[in-house]
Parts: sequence; structure tokens; C-alpha cells
Amino acid sequence: MAIGRLTASTREQTLHRLVNYRPRDLDRIFATLSDPTRRAILARLAQEDSMTISALAEPFSIKLPAVMKHLDVLSDAGLITRSKHGRTVNVRLSPAPLRKASEWLRRYERFWSPALDRLAAHVERKEAEARAAEAKVGR
Amino acid sequence: MTSLTLVRRIAARPSIVFEAMTTAEGVAAWYGPDDLPVVSAEMDARVGGAFRVRFRTLDGRDHEACGEFLEVVPPRRIVMSWRWAVGGDPEESGRVSRIEIELAPIAEGTEVTFTHADLSSEASEKGHAAGWTGALDKLVRHLARAAATAEKTQ
Repeated sequence: MAIGRLTASTREQTLHRLVNYRPRDLDRIFATLSDPTRRAILARLAQEDSMTISALAEPFSIKLPAVMKHLDVLSDAGLITRSKHGRTVNVRLSPAPLRKASEWLRRYERFWSPALDRLAAHVERKEAEARAAEAKVGR
Repeated sequence: MTSLTLVRRIAARPSIVFEAMTTAEGVAAWYGPDDLPVVSAEMDARVGGAFRVRFRTLDGRDHEACGEFLEVVPPRRIVMSWRWAVGGDPEESGRVSRIEIELAPIAEGTEVTFTHADLSSEASEKGHAAGWTGALDKLVRHLARAAATAEKTQ
């Protein structure tokens, strides 16, 4: 009986998300994520609260200006924020657009998973009824 | 093209699960993403037969899916085409996808393998062309999780 697992509000959001996503925003996010260096930058930022640009650039074999260009693209897509502290620039992950992308990728799972939970509850009730009827006949 | 597969182990025999998936009465008990009742259901579960299910969601909208039974093998396998006739997913508007259901008997009842295949989207097509969809999905989930944890601790 898995029905109780979902709260009313998550159920309400399920189809809202299925139906009302923003494809243009998402196109930009997916285009931004299609580059392996940018994905590696995001993966590193996911480990740390914030990082300086030089610390971020360190493991990459590309030059600093190339890293800066990737950061511009990430920033334009809303995936990171940059803040200046004196001479250093700190880079942080900006989670909201990523959550949106993740929800979009999982929209059919969000649609079918609660339906299959209800299917299970329904047929398990039917199974109990069938067993009760069979027990009566067998008696 | 993308697909989704969900596996459930259910404590009911395959014939009962099969009936719940191939009759209007059965489908009315579980279709749709939330607990609002199905508005109407028609199931003609034979090869070439049509199905049509209409449901309302908590936001007050109506959605209708329809299609055709492509394979019907009681109580083991069902394949049907799937199309949104009303509402649903605008990304899939006018497209035909495919539902494949396998029912395997297990000791406690039935293992249901439910696949929604041939789902298409511009973003996923681009992704597949570049070969990164799986990696991206993983990364996005990881990042969303990491970000949610970071927000909680702030």
C-alpha cells in the first residue's frame, strides 16, 4: 500500500510539472550542459560550497580565459552565480534551474509511479477478495 | 527517443493484474498521476482494439490518452500505442509513443515491468545525438540533491 507515501502537495505538483514546464529555458540549460568541461565544472561546484575561479580552473588543461568563457555560459543559463570579494571571484552553484531540468527529465516517472502504486493497492484488494471467495468454495 | 521503465512486485496473481490493465473498470481504479477519479475509460483489449482514458487532475484540467492494443497475451504481456488526445504533455503532442507491460509470475504474486518507450523530445534527441543523456540525467540528479542538502544546512 504505497499510496500514503505521497503528500497531497507533491501529487498536485506532479502533473503541474508534467504540463507546465518551460521548454525554452530547458533548451538553454541542456545546451549548456552538453559540454563536458562545463559539466565537470558543475560537478566540482557540487562538492564545494563555493570556489575561486583559479581553484576551479586548476584541474583543467585549458587556459584561464577559456574557463572564464565557460563560466559566462554557465552564468547566462543561471546555473552558477559569481560574487567578487576584493581581488577574488567566488563561484557557486545555483540549484533552481538544475532542479527544473531534473524534474523535466523525470516527468513521466512522476506520472506513472503514483499510478502504479494505485494499481498495486487495487489488485492487492482484488487478490484478497478472490482468496476469500476461494476459501468459501473450498469449505 | 527516450524511455522509462518501472518495475513493481505486487501481491496479486498475474490474471488479476492483467484484468486491471485491460478492462475499463480496472483502469478506472488506477490511471492518472493523482487520486482524482478517472472520468471515463474504454478498453477493447484485443489486437487492433482501441483504448481511451480520460482523467482530471487536481489543477482542474482534463487529460485524455488514447491508442491501440498492439499485442495482447493474457496474462503475460500487453503492448499499446499511446497518444495524448487532450492535455497531457505538450512535448508529445501529436506523437505516438508506446507502452509495454510484462507480467511475470513470482512467489508473492506478479512482477510488473512497465515501460513507456519512444518518448521523444527535442532536448532528448539532441542529447542522444551527443550521447550524453544518461550522464546528464545522473549529473542533474546529483546536483539537484547536493543543492537541496546545501540549502537545508544554510
